[in-house]
Amino acid sequence: MLAQFLQFTMSGLTVGAVYAVVGLGFTIIYNASGVLNFAQGEFVMIGGMVTVFAVAAGVPLPLAILLAIAVAAIVGIGLHRLAIEPARDASPVVLIIITIGGALVLRGIAQLVFDKQLHKLPGFSGDTPVNFLGASILPQALWVLGGTAIMVALVSLFFAKTMIGKAVLATAANRLAAQLVGVNTSVILAISFALSAAIGAIAGILVTPITFTHYEVGTMLALKGFAALVLGGLGNPMGAILGGLLLGLCEQLSAGYISSTYKDAFAFIVMIGVLLVRPSGLLGSKLAERV
Amino acid sequence: MRGLIGNRWAELGAMALLIGLVGLILPSGYYFRVGALVLVSAIAALGLNLLLGYAGQVSLGHAGFVGIGAYAVALLPTYWGVPTLLALAGGAVFSGLLALALGRPILRLKGHFLAVATLGLGILVAMVLTNEARITGGPDGMPVPRLELFGTRIRAPETWYWITGGVLLVATFFAQNLLNSSTGRALRALHDSEVAARAAGIDVARIKGIVFAVSAIYASVSGSLLALLNGHITPDVASFLNSIELVTMVVLGGMGSLLGSLIGAAVLVILPQALTIFHEYEHLLLGSFIILIMIFLRDGIVPTLRKRFTERGS
Repeated sequence: MLAQFLQFTMSGLTVGAVYAVVGLGFTIIYNASGVLNFAQGEFVMIGGMVTVFAVAAGVPLPLAILLAIAVAAIVGIGLHRLAIEPARDASPVVLIIITIGGALVLRGIAQLVFDKQLHKLPGFSGDTPVNFLGASILPQALWVLGGTAIMVALVSLFFAKTMIGKAVLATAANRLAAQLVGVNTSVILAISFALSAAIGAIAGILVTPITFTHYEVGTMLALKGFAALVLGGLGNPMGAILGGLLLGLCEQLSAGYISSTYKDAFAFIVMIGVLLVRPSGLLGSKLAERV
Repeated sequence: MRGLIGNRWAELGAMALLIGLVGLILPSGYYFRVGALVLVSAIAALGLNLLLGYAGQVSLGHAGFVGIGAYAVALLPTYWGVPTLLALAGGAVFSGLLALALGRPILRLKGHFLAVATLGLGILVAMVLTNEARITGGPDGMPVPRLELFGTRIRAPETWYWITGGVLLVATFFAQNLLNSSTGRALRALHDSEVAARAAGIDVARIKGIVFAVSAIYASVSGSLLALLNGHITPDVASFLNSIELVTMVVLGGMGSLLGSLIGAAVLVILPQALTIFHEYEHLLLGSFIILIMIFLRDGIVPTLRKRFTERGS
C-alpha cells in the first residue's frame, strides 16, 4: 500500500518538477516582457535532443550537456530578436500566436536536423532502481528533483542578489523607469529569454533518461507548464513551482489509482476549474479583477 | 448609418461575386474540393472574427467546437439514427450552450482568461475524441454517413462547393444582422470604451458571452460541413494547431472584416495544399508564415488594402 503510494508520489514529483521548471521559464519571460512564451516546451525538447545527438556523436556527456544548454540559450535569444522584438508593440494575443509560430518553427527544424524517433539517454548514475520502503526509485529521479531544487535556488539568488537579476525585476516593474535609471532593457530581455531557455533545457536533459525525448515533446509540456502556471498564480515564480509539482502529483496519483486514459486531461480540467473557482491561482493575488 | 448599410450589401455582394466567379472557373473536382474547404474554414473564421474583432476576446480552442460539430454528424446518425441535419443542429446547440456555460463566469474577469479557458477546453475535446476509441475510432477517426437531400446522396465536390458557399453567405448575413442589432451596437460601444459602455447600462459580460456562443455555433456548423464534405473525420480537426490556424486566418484577413475572414481562410487552406511537395518542411513553413503574418500584416489584408484605396481616393 505504502510502497505503491510512494511509487506514484515519486513519479508524480519527477514529472511535476519538469512542469514546474517549464512554468518557471514562462514566469521569467512573462515578468520581464509580458509575453506568454508558448515555445517554452521546445527548450526542454532542444535540451534533450541536442544532448542525445551530441553523445551519439562521441561528445562526453558533461560537454554534451553544456553544449545543449548553450544551444537552447542561443535559440532563446534568437526567438526574442527575430520573432518577438519586431512585434513588440503588438497585443498580447498576437505575441502569443507569434510564440506558437516560433514553437512550430523550432519543431520543424528539430525534425530536419535530428529525426522523428524517440530517444533516451542512459541514467547519470546508472539505471538500477533503488529500493526505498518497498518502492523502486530510479536514481535519475533523484537527479531530476535535486537538479530542479538547485536550479530554483540559483534562479531566486540571481534575482535577489545580482545586479543583472535586479535589473530584470526593474524592467518587469516598469520598463520606462528602468531605462531612465540606465538599464539596457533590450539586453535584459535577451538575458531573460536565455535564462528561461537554459533552465528549460536543463530540465529536458535531466528527465530524458526517464521519459525519453522526441521532436514533438514540447507542445504538451508547454501546455501543462502553462496549466501549472494558472494553478499556481500567473506571474508568481513560487506559484509556478508549486503548481507544477501539484499537477504532476495529481496526474500520477490519478493515473495510478483511477485510470491512466485521461492522465493528460487532468492538467486542463484543473486549469478550467481554477479559472472558475479562483482565477488568481493558489498564490496569486492581484491579477484577476472581477468586473 | 446609411454608410453602414451600404457597406453591408457591398460586403455581402463582394463575397457572393467572389464565390460565384471562382466557382465558374474552377477546372476540376479537386479544385472544387479545395474551394469547399476554404468556404468551410471561412465559416468558422467568420464566427471567431465576431469574437476577436468585435468583442476583443480570443479563443485558443475554437477547433474544439469544430470537433464537436464534426463528430455530431458522425456519431449521432451512426449510432442513434438521427437525421444528419438534426445532428448538425444538435452539435451547434450543444456548442453554443457549452460556450455560454464556460463564457459567462469567465468573461466577468478582466483580461485574457477566456483564451486560457478555451485553450483547456479545446485540448479536452480533442482528448475525449481520441480516447473514446470504442465509439469514435480513436486517432484513426471514423467514417461519416453521407448527407442525403431529397433522396440523393450528396458527394460531388462541385455540389459541396455551392452548398458551403450558400451557408457562408447566410452566415455572413446573420453576422451582419447581429452587428446591426442592439447587441451589435452594444458591442461597438464596448469596443470603444468598456467603462463608458458599462456606464450606459450595457451588461458587458452578457454581450461578450452571447458573441462567444455565436462564434462557437459557427465553428460547430463549420465542423459538421467539413465532416460531411470529407466523409471521414479524425480527432485532428479539434487539435490545438487547428485552433491557432483559425486565429491566424482571422488576423491575416483582418479583425473586424467579415470579407477578410474568407480571404484569410483562402490563404491558409490553399497554401499548405500548394506546399504539399515540401511535406518535410510543413511545420517550419507554417510556423514562419504565422510569425511573418503577425509581424508584418498585423492589421490584416482587407483593412490594409481598404486603407490604401481610401487614401488614394481622397
